[in-house]
Amino acid sequence: MIDRAVRLSRYLPLILLAALWEALTRLGVVSDLVLPPFTSVMTSWFTLAENGTMFYHIGTSLIRGASGLGLAIAVGTTLGVLMAWVAPIRVVFRPLVQMFYPVPKSALIPLMMIWIGVGDASKIVVIFLGCMLPVTMSAFNGARGVDRVLIWSARSLGATRGEVLCEVIAPAALPDILAGIRTALALSFLLLVSSELLISRNGVGYLISNYGDAGIYTSMFAMVLTVSALGFAADRLYLAFMNRILAWRQ
Amino acid sequence: MNVVLAKSKSAVTAAPVQLDGIASIRIDGVSHEYRPPHGRPVQALEEISLEIRDREFLALLGPSGCGKSTLLYLIGGFLPITGGRITIGDRMVTEPGPDRGIVFQHFALFPWKTVRENVVYGLKKLGLRREDREQRAQAYIDLVKLTGFENSYPSQLSGGMKQRAALARTLAVDPTILLMDEPFGALDAQTRGLMQEELLSIWQRQRKTVVFVTHDVQEAVYLSERIAIMSARPGRIKEIVDCTFPQRGAALLKSPSFMEKVEYVWNVVRQEAIVAQTETAT
Repeated sequence: MIDRAVRLSRYLPLILLAALWEALTRLGVVSDLVLPPFTSVMTSWFTLAENGTMFYHIGTSLIRGASGLGLAIAVGTTLGVLMAWVAPIRVVFRPLVQMFYPVPKSALIPLMMIWIGVGDASKIVVIFLGCMLPVTMSAFNGARGVDRVLIWSARSLGATRGEVLCEVIAPAALPDILAGIRTALALSFLLLVSSELLISRNGVGYLISNYGDAGIYTSMFAMVLTVSALGFAADRLYLAFMNRILAWRQ
Repeated sequence: MNVVLAKSKSAVTAAPVQLDGIASIRIDGVSHEYRPPHGRPVQALEEISLEIRDREFLALLGPSGCGKSTLLYLIGGFLPITGGRITIGDRMVTEPGPDRGIVFQHFALFPWKTVRENVVYGLKKLGLRREDREQRAQAYIDLVKLTGFENSYPSQLSGGMKQRAALARTLAVDPTILLMDEPFGALDAQTRGLMQEELLSIWQRQRKTVVFVTHDVQEAVYLSERIAIMSARPGRIKEIVDCTFPQRGAALLKSPSFMEKVEYVWNVVRQEAIVAQTETAT
């Protein structure tokens, strides 16, 4: 009971913010051309939810995001672990990764559109490239930091070098890898919406820019709130998943 | 206890892989140079020669930084030998292998595996069938008195229990040689005493060649048949002391002959400790 109250009270600032938003717009302190009242935005949200178009766009976006992020996790983890333990791979890829790490990934969006076109592929590639680097770096750091006695123990128990890589180094680096994926998850939403805002025929980013261009601000705000809520929910879900996988840490 | 033993014995004989039984270790003029990532290489070991007999319990004793752990890692095949050679029976050491089990000071259990999974790991590498693996793992978990903790993760265990689990994992693959790197150094005094007793009783039942690294003089005299005392950097074997007593056990700790031996070994080690200290000071 008390637990639940504490948990709910964490969301109190959000409720206060919504109340402030409503008050400022209703009292006319802020013009509703700049910011429509919160309740109008919510009404608009229910209309969009009712006729269902919103869900088609959300679905399209989520598939793009998941594809890009999934690829980034698969390639980034493999590359990071290999970079840590196979010297030639490290020599080739480390400078590349370090060079591209600070590049603002949204700068890749126009480039990829020129190279690959304006369809799904360019958006997936942008998300993939952007999310791969944090995953690679965290996997690399995690794998490098593995205590040598763990590796020696496995070797003296009869494991080959290859087995050590999969059975010791990868799981030992898992906490770092999972933390890197969390960063990548947030980044994937950012890149997803930005790339859809720029040019797209569907997706949540498209909806936001479309409502904005048409001047339907209540719907635009409804979609912005939806994207924020989706990002938040994805992060919470991921966190629960991560804590479950890392239960052995206690 | 007898039931446990019988169980573990039958499980042991079920092992398909076994070695020729000659578990003597010959260390011939072995040197090791430690190369730090930045800075000058350090001569950690210089021209070490030592023979460890089949099924002997030998302690490597010396001040910290004398390279005793390094020598153990060389026997284990974990570090490259830069000069000389180490042979076990008639085979040269080039890499780690399941004939040489190791127990580390900080346990080195796989933290993402339960106690049972840790013990089973090496048994899988031996190629045992599932039922055999489970049976043998249980036998060794019982042997180190961790019954009931099979499904605990290392983070849920005390230091002493972690070291028991690590010992079970190492013993389960039935190595002919047991390498121990200050295995009780991270434990409190009472736990350490208990673990020493248990190690002795296990060793008396399953004779293996044991190389036991420690800086604790009393521990070395109490556990081992011979002590190789090492000198400060660069590490050399300074003296080999014979420590056979008519019988071991708690009573030995209070006997005059035991205390005399401790006193003697202490004097040899002390000189080296002083040298090591003044060296680090300069």
